[in-house]
Amino acid sequence: MSGLPLLSFVVWLPILGGLLVLALSERVNPRPVALAVAMITFLVSLLLYTGFDQTTAAMQFQEKLSWIPGFNVFYHLGVDGIAMPLIILTTFTTVLVVLAGWEVIKERPAQYLAAFLIMEGLMNGVFSALDAVLFYVFWEGMLIPMFLIIGVWGGPRRVYATIKFFLYTFLGSVFMLVALIYMYTQSGSFSILDFHTLKLGMTEQILIFLAFLLAFAVKVPMWPVHTWLPDAHVEAPTGGSVILAAIMLKIGGYGFLRFSLPIAPDASHELDWLIIFMSLTAVVYIGFVALVQQDMKKLIAYSSIAHMGFVTLGIFLVFPLMDANAGSTQGALLGMQGGMIQMISHGFISGALFLCVGVLYDRMHSRQIDDYGGVVNTMPVFAAFMVLFAMANSGLPGTSGFVGEFLVVIASFKANVWFAVLASTTLILGAAYSLWLVKRVVFGDIGNARVAQLHDINGREALILGSLAFVVLLFGLWPAPLVDVMQSSLENLVAHVAVSKL
Amino acid sequence: METVYLAIVLAPLLGAIVAGLFGRLIGRRGAHWVTILGVATSFVLSLYVFKYMVIDGNPAFNGSVYTWLVTDGIRMEVGFLVDRLTTLMLLVVTFVSLMVHIYTIGYMHDDPGYQRFFSYIALFTFAMLMLVMSNNFLQLFFGWEAVGLVSYLLIGFWYKKPTAIYANLKAFLVNRVGDFGFLLGIAAVVLYFNTLDYAEVFSVAPSMADATIEIIPGVQGSAMTVICILLFIGAMGKSAQVPLHVWLPDSMEGPTPISALIHAATMVTAGIFMVARMSPLFELSETALSFVLVIGSITALFMGLLGLVQNDIKRVVAYSTLSQLGYMTVALGVSAYSAGIFHLMTHAFFKALLFLAAGSVIIAMHHEQDIRKMGGLRRYLPVTYWTSLIGSLALIGFPGFAGFFSKDTIIEAVYASHIAGAGIAYVAVLIGVFVTALYSFRMFFLVFHTEERFDARTRSHLHEPPAVVTVPLILLAIPSLLAGYWIDPVVFGDYFGDAIQVAAAHDVIGHLAADYHGAWGFILHGLMAPAFWLAMAGLITAWYIYTQNRAIAGRAAERFRGLYRVLQNKYGFDRFNEVFFAGGARGTGWTLWKLGDVLIIDGLLVNGSARLVGWLSGIVRHVQSGYLYHYAFSMIIGLLLLLSWFVWFAPTQ
Repeated sequence: MSGLPLLSFVVWLPILGGLLVLALSERVNPRPVALAVAMITFLVSLLLYTGFDQTTAAMQFQEKLSWIPGFNVFYHLGVDGIAMPLIILTTFTTVLVVLAGWEVIKERPAQYLAAFLIMEGLMNGVFSALDAVLFYVFWEGMLIPMFLIIGVWGGPRRVYATIKFFLYTFLGSVFMLVALIYMYTQSGSFSILDFHTLKLGMTEQILIFLAFLLAFAVKVPMWPVHTWLPDAHVEAPTGGSVILAAIMLKIGGYGFLRFSLPIAPDASHELDWLIIFMSLTAVVYIGFVALVQQDMKKLIAYSSIAHMGFVTLGIFLVFPLMDANAGSTQGALLGMQGGMIQMISHGFISGALFLCVGVLYDRMHSRQIDDYGGVVNTMPVFAAFMVLFAMANSGLPGTSGFVGEFLVVIASFKANVWFAVLASTTLILGAAYSLWLVKRVVFGDIGNARVAQLHDINGREALILGSLAFVVLLFGLWPAPLVDVMQSSLENLVAHVAVSKL
Repeated sequence: METVYLAIVLAPLLGAIVAGLFGRLIGRRGAHWVTILGVATSFVLSLYVFKYMVIDGNPAFNGSVYTWLVTDGIRMEVGFLVDRLTTLMLLVVTFVSLMVHIYTIGYMHDDPGYQRFFSYIALFTFAMLMLVMSNNFLQLFFGWEAVGLVSYLLIGFWYKKPTAIYANLKAFLVNRVGDFGFLLGIAAVVLYFNTLDYAEVFSVAPSMADATIEIIPGVQGSAMTVICILLFIGAMGKSAQVPLHVWLPDSMEGPTPISALIHAATMVTAGIFMVARMSPLFELSETALSFVLVIGSITALFMGLLGLVQNDIKRVVAYSTLSQLGYMTVALGVSAYSAGIFHLMTHAFFKALLFLAAGSVIIAMHHEQDIRKMGGLRRYLPVTYWTSLIGSLALIGFPGFAGFFSKDTIIEAVYASHIAGAGIAYVAVLIGVFVTALYSFRMFFLVFHTEERFDARTRSHLHEPPAVVTVPLILLAIPSLLAGYWIDPVVFGDYFGDAIQVAAAHDVIGHLAADYHGAWGFILHGLMAPAFWLAMAGLITAWYIYTQNRAIAGRAAERFRGLYRVLQNKYGFDRFNEVFFAGGARGTGWTLWKLGDVLIIDGLLVNGSARLVGWLSGIVRHVQSGYLYHYAFSMIIGLLLLLSWFVWFAPTQ
């Protein structure tokens, strides 16, 4: 199995498949072709799981070819336990997104599907690139299809949203490029793994850390650079929202784990208070903001920001834990595992919630909560899914939404009681905004004549929501497989950041 | 035996899944048969476990089912601890659940959501069993939240009713406030013990008695006190203790069978069970015990008072439940855990009975719940009447009935206790006895005696509900009458073994045991105790006011108008929460959104910087006018400036 270039496959197959869909768009129905490409990619990505060696933290499935020899740039791919689950999340979500657009996208379906396939390849590239230049190419390339998806298939204010989205994320990433080039000048290599071992002084580390922080904080997004997300979500078509929430946000969290922590551990330690402050603010502040949203998509977008606060909190707990326990990293792994699981789980749950909104939007062409009421009367099956995902969103045990929050709360209590107190407010706030949404949209008597006309979800929609419900419950009831995959890599990371580079 | 334990939890789950997913396929009969079969299996197996554990005297079982996850040296598992405490809970839960399942056939007869209802209550039984059988904090929290979920679904079962979907949201959120504390408590346990396993925590606990925690910088507090109070906040939510009690009366919006099962007999007692399970921890902190005691006694007295002014038959029983939960909590506070659990058990029987009887009245009255519109029903509903009488006598602690034994033990235990707050608590629980008798028999007389206050049309339909309704009433009346005689082993004997641990200094039950000479002696002793006379006084007062001289009630309400209004407003908790917490949260959210996000971040920083760039370029644009002489002129100016600078300021070499 190790002989096959699996990673190249999951990167290039969807990109080429996307181009094929574009090329064939005049002659054949693009939907089955796109679905086939997405399915094959997903199945291939599962080989990454079955062939994965959980006992090592080293990069696996590595491929290395010379690309720009003059600058020591390589086409270098490889995954560890952090990247691999994110790749499978990407390939899984893309299948659902292709299915979700099946009947709904009538305008330029081939271009729409192609954009998603190409984006899938680019995102897989981001997660598997081990060369900084290659990473940067994928990282920026990813913006283009998303820009087009929102700009072409988006809502009425799509131009404002796309520009905001593009400028925000672009602003973040140029500083990252500077940092990457600086490290090249110091190490003579663009290999990310070489950066990990590169000796750097405190000032250098701080500047590099801040450059990365800008890039990743915007992507996550962390408070206060989060305001692009609600606008982008509101204007994006359903599939765009799903990819945005399920995967693009994860790239920020991934960036912290792959770049910020291992490259600048001392700066991360020095500035941990900043990240933790931003994370806890996200949980509490954004939790309140989510409560008063009138637009379903905005509400879920804000809820995403609050949930991603747990990711960054969990990742950076390692430093306050070291401070609290005289250098021991006891508990750090809990936090990191929690953060990672939160990322995966949030991918499922927020994706599912955006799909639920999509189901309603396709029928009623409104995202306003006030336009609904009593949907359960006409759409009982849908209502069951919606309640399940809302519960998962409020972290109900037995759903994947609980696992990450539980681990992070436990770890944060070890670091500082108040971190845990603030983080735990999500138990109340998350339930409040999720279930209040359900109360106003799903429950009650039939709200108006248009709700009375609604018809329940069809087989295709049931399949999409059903598969998400399955994974949400699976990882809620049995997160061990996910945890085991990530264990070695995260252990290694914790050990790595505990050693000062100074 | 592991298979048996697994079967006990999985049988109702299977029933729930079949009835829930294939409800339409198997039809109504299929749905109630499959769930009843599931719960009946659990009940029979629980009886078997009882025989195995208690009669045969086998040791407790503690083992894992599967590993949830392992990380950072902490093993998180799903597993069972089946000792005598669990066994007792298994019997109570499966028996009451079975009765309620059967009863539901009659109660929900015409409801379109029949299958869904059976699926939910079977799912509830599963969740509750997982909770009581857990051997670790993680699964406890699982069960804890899962029963909350089903409670949410069931309160909002009639989802078209605005009051129902308001009540279920409220119930879930108030419980979440409790869970907020509970989760932090679990996190604190992990901090000090680095494990979630009960056995490991309890074995290390004594050595942690003096551990300290610094919550406010510079102030050291007892870690055990913090852990126990945090855990107890969870219990306050689930077991509806003041001030987190506000959800329980509203939960009566759900169908009556679940009021009996979830909001009286089982789920709301989860908090009591949990504290009893955690006795090795609570025994280490007198502060926490006092806290428990004070909260319990406030709930016991003040919630009982509210029962006096309610006119909805279910709400009277609901406030009575709150008050009785307060008694159980009081028992925990004075370390009389076994008495608390004993009261939990007797209460489960007689309160489920009272709720189901209320439901029987509600069916007969065609969903009329106002006791002012009832009266004289004993002629039409003889079975309901007699079983209600048994339930009410058990509730007020009439000597010989189940509630007498459990409640009197609690009162005696409070009397014997020396823990801070025991004095006030004793007064509270004694007055509570009078109040209990008064509201119970106020309702009883207004419903079953007195003149008929309904129209002829209602009367023509009045008849005893079918056997599926009355048989559970009779089956519940039997333990309401007899369960008290089990006091011998459960409270004063060594029933619980080491499932419950009491420090020697707090051992009030041991103190009482010295004067205990069998159940009959206990009755004789009870006849001379103040509690009995207070109960009788309450009963007679109710009889006099409501059957002889009803005008007194109105005059009293008039005379004590202020007090009456306070009770009518339920001490203002609802209003306060509505304005302060719900309104406050919305206001905060709105302010943060409009001020923080829209104005400052987006308006000032994001779009502001865009505007700044636009403004700057607007100015700079004027420079690029396109006229050659403008450029030439500015070159000359620039040259002049540069030259002057060189002349005047240039550094000389």
